[in-house]
Amino acid sequence: MKPVNGVGIFGYGAYIPRYIIENSSIASVWGKLSTPIKSKTFPSYDEDSLTIAYEACRIALESSGAPRDKIGAIYIGSESKPYAVKPSGTVLVDALGLSRNILSADFEFACKAGTEAIQAVSGLIASGMIEFGIAIGTDTSQGRPGDELEYTAAAGGAAFVLSRASNGVVAEIEASNSYVSDTPDFWRRSGEKYPRHLYRFTGEPAYFHHIITSVKHFFEEYGYSPRDFDYAIFHQPNSKFPQRVAKMLGFTMDQIRPGLLSPIIGNTYSGATLVGLAATLDVSKPGDRILLASFGSGAGSDAFSFVVTDLIEERRAKPPLKSFLERLVTKDYSTYVRYRGKLWV
Amino acid sequence: MPEITEWRDRLWRYRLVGSKCLSCGARYYPPRNSSCIKCGGELVDVELPRRGKLLSYTVIYQAPGIYRFASPYIVGFIELEDGTRLFAMLTDVELDEVKVGMEVEATFRKLYTYGDSGHIVYGIKFRPLVT
Repeated sequence: MKPVNGVGIFGYGAYIPRYIIENSSIASVWGKLSTPIKSKTFPSYDEDSLTIAYEACRIALESSGAPRDKIGAIYIGSESKPYAVKPSGTVLVDALGLSRNILSADFEFACKAGTEAIQAVSGLIASGMIEFGIAIGTDTSQGRPGDELEYTAAAGGAAFVLSRASNGVVAEIEASNSYVSDTPDFWRRSGEKYPRHLYRFTGEPAYFHHIITSVKHFFEEYGYSPRDFDYAIFHQPNSKFPQRVAKMLGFTMDQIRPGLLSPIIGNTYSGATLVGLAATLDVSKPGDRILLASFGSGAGSDAFSFVVTDLIEERRAKPPLKSFLERLVTKDYSTYVRYRGKLWV
Repeated sequence: MPEITEWRDRLWRYRLVGSKCLSCGARYYPPRNSSCIKCGGELVDVELPRRGKLLSYTVIYQAPGIYRFASPYIVGFIELEDGTRLFAMLTDVELDEVKVGMEVEATFRKLYTYGDSGHIVYGIKFRPLVT
């Protein structure tokens, strides 16, 4: 998919909560010997996916100077909405002082709901229906106590103010692609607190098949190869998968390093690839080309190509993601359980 | 209907909107509905700066039920960059990290909820400045 009229990222921001828990702390409670990552973030008792979205949006708006009265859409991708029925955008519009003449909706597609929101906002801008729009990926993801997901399900998010390229953008969207199939790797039924997963479907039939198919189709359609990209971000449910899929597709460790955050912050679900994109934009230079390939269980994958412009130097996120990484503080399992509200389950 | 009362207050809670006296320039947070306490002048709404410094604080150990998840928590007396002074809960700071004079900034958090099915009340808290 290629927008007829140029669309790009006008401003961006990312946020992660202050608290992390070491995987070894979780493993000591449940008697597990090996763990998938080193640590993961979790929300404070007063945070949820909406407050994380607010933080990321505020950084994106203030760092870029985007005109709040011209934002025509705010779409939030999340699988941990604070309200089952009441869009998070309703609160964000008033909290951020945006125009109330605005489209707003919650998007859900497991871990790729945020990139789905980017596609939708891009289309509205490219068609001329709106001039500016915000796409957000944010989650405080859930893992049942003792389940494999508890080791990686983390919290964080990123927001992107998109606009017509003619307004001046920090990165232009060259093209994108989406690939979807019915795959039973992971789901959460309506009203259930925790998701379930079918263990053997997680890797090859879900994550690897969808990302590789989506990226290969994207390369064939638009004539790209891994050498055309300075950086790449792949969905990161753990440390191993994004490194392995990068290698399978022909990317090097140097290309994925700036956006690979899962070893420290865990899987931020709808935020995962978008927080990685924000971290990559924090260090990118004008002219850099970035590949992003998200993955959402169920399952699907979106692939994008972004080209960074000269405006990146003046509109980088302030504070950058690095500032939030530098303030992380480690907590034990008992604090984690209390802040996540698991004592009252 | 306290949930509705909370909702009516949302804009000043969400955006740090206070009052400014048109005669003497005094500022107040929360905003006042009547006139200036200092000179009796007319007040208008004004969005206050998000940064300030911590003048004093206290630690609450005996929390009301709605704050049971937060206890112990810190309430700060804060002076914003424009001189406005206000009380607010602090967040993202440990008891052994909080210090008088530390730079703080407004953040947006859950304040409390009306049970599992009622409204979630959001509003301003302050945290150590992140740059």
